[in-house]
Amino acid sequence: MNFSTKAALLLAGLSLAACTNPDRFDSADGYGNGAGYGAGAGAYGDGSASDPSSPAYFQQTVGDRVLFAVDQSTISAEAQYTLDGQADWLMRNTDYVSVIEGHADEQGTREYNLALGARRANAVREYLISKGVSAARLKTVSYGKERPIEICSEEACYAKNRRAVTTIAAGAMGTS
Amino acid sequence: MSKITGPLTGLLAAASLALMTPAVATAQSGPLRIEITDGVIEPMPYAVPDFVPESGAATEMAQQLARVVAEDLSGTGLFREIPASAHISRITSFSSPVQYADWKAINAQALITGAVSVQGDRVTVKFRVYDVFSGKELGSGLQFAGTTAGWRRMAHKVADAVYSRITGEGGYFDSRVVYVAETGPKDDRRKRLAIMDYDGANVKYLTESGSIVLAPRFSPTGDRVLYTSYETGFPRIYVLDVANVGRRELQTQGGNMAFSPRFAPDGRTVLYSLESGGNTDIYALDSATGQSRRLTDAPSIETAPSFSPDGTRVVFESDRSGSQQLYVMPVSGGEATRISFGQGRYGTPVWSPRGDMIAFTKQSKGRFHIGVMRTDGSEERLLTASFLDESPTWAPNGRVIMFTRETQGAQGQSSLYSVDISGRNLKRVRTEGGASDPSWGPLQP
Repeated sequence: MNFSTKAALLLAGLSLAACTNPDRFDSADGYGNGAGYGAGAGAYGDGSASDPSSPAYFQQTVGDRVLFAVDQSTISAEAQYTLDGQADWLMRNTDYVSVIEGHADEQGTREYNLALGARRANAVREYLISKGVSAARLKTVSYGKERPIEICSEEACYAKNRRAVTTIAAGAMGTS
Repeated sequence: MSKITGPLTGLLAAASLALMTPAVATAQSGPLRIEITDGVIEPMPYAVPDFVPESGAATEMAQQLARVVAEDLSGTGLFREIPASAHISRITSFSSPVQYADWKAINAQALITGAVSVQGDRVTVKFRVYDVFSGKELGSGLQFAGTTAGWRRMAHKVADAVYSRITGEGGYFDSRVVYVAETGPKDDRRKRLAIMDYDGANVKYLTESGSIVLAPRFSPTGDRVLYTSYETGFPRIYVLDVANVGRRELQTQGGNMAFSPRFAPDGRTVLYSLESGGNTDIYALDSATGQSRRLTDAPSIETAPSFSPDGTRVVFESDRSGSQQLYVMPVSGGEATRISFGQGRYGTPVWSPRGDMIAFTKQSKGRFHIGVMRTDGSEERLLTASFLDESPTWAPNGRVIMFTRETQGAQGQSSLYSVDISGRNLKRVRTEGGASDPSWGPLQP
């Protein structure tokens, strides 16, 4: 009797047939202006959205976020419009400093998405600096895919998650 | 560990175990043996009756030990247990002669017997493996001593020894996994570090869930864990002492964010990614001197570094070509060679502890795969496919890979799975809640 049972830890030619999922890279251009997204002024608490010097106004009326195409960190024309408003607001309200948060959608590996979010946050930071905001007031951080705001697994959600959010807080990181 | 009696009767010939070596033909009357090379998929039938309690307090443990040994062996997919209800003989004494005919009659090719005695909080476990059809013992009996609290480890050690004798490969059951335990919905996910036995038992949480923690990595000896935490508001790397759960920040130098750390085989050098001005590169920190050395210097993303087990080379991912791909460079830095050329994006490369292969995550046509390739990029094989698979980690013997699988949609959850490097035996690893980013530690001493 042959009791040598051969176990396969090697399957020759293991093949995974091409999957038929639609390629998400073909759908939507992924760009958008983020003004008006977000949960409202509650996050900032102080100030009314009708007061142009309030953080709530910055978040809701100026728009605190810009969106990116898949695997890109390029500032789109629409994003430029939002960031011009952010730069203008920041230069008029010099008591505030900012941490720009970069985010990615869930369709990527964790480390790469961290690095990609950092690229996005930095692209926003560089843009704001180019418009006159002091570099000392602007920090960046990336959350990669750790902090989605939309949770469906579709492009409609991914598009909103590929974002950079300019968060502001009273205080000084340095002089403006 | 100590031998009980007798010579090594079934010492296995040291056939070449290189992965790609063709199966060695096994003689009809050869020793009890599973060739982990190629071919088949018929698990070897075996029996592991309840161990014999040799002290009054050991009765329950005698049953439990045999159950854990069986879970380990059957869990590999290489062995199939013949249930106790089919057994003809009972094992009532560890030293009595085995009735081979009774085990042969139920087609048990291997028989594992054991005995356990408990004195206070000390446990002693003995076991023997029999090649039923040859009618002789395979190897000599062994004995392990430990604590009652650590009884599962003794079962794992027995199973490792059995696995090792029959396959000729190192075992992996007496090992632990550090990972990120997850709770809460996708838009409010809480993460904390946890450590568990390889099979999900004995979970212990190592951090609070107040801040995000990512990608823990065991040291080569399993005594420390590197991980990334947002506890300051910015991702930085910490090193945690497993025994006393003390932790400190790794002294990386400069930069905005530090992440993706991994130990070198010497347990002293740490590779990591440092981001500055939106650009991410790879650095090596000598933890003894506190000096960091930059290994890559490119405007592209360079991250997820992993050492070859001989410490001479580093595999990492980079999008310098325009998309995420895998590269190998000397540990001194310098010229990197691209090794991934298939369609799609490749990330999270991890060098096998055997040195022969690199595991990776592949993203292609909206699907994610865990795969393996030779270290020069040849012989790529995809082992899994799902909505989102990532972060492979190797079992200590380089034969099994554990990874993260996240399900699709608003209710999506992460879990740990394991799979053989053949793509066989895909299964979920038991965890209390959601889980991600496993790091499989070494065999315990």
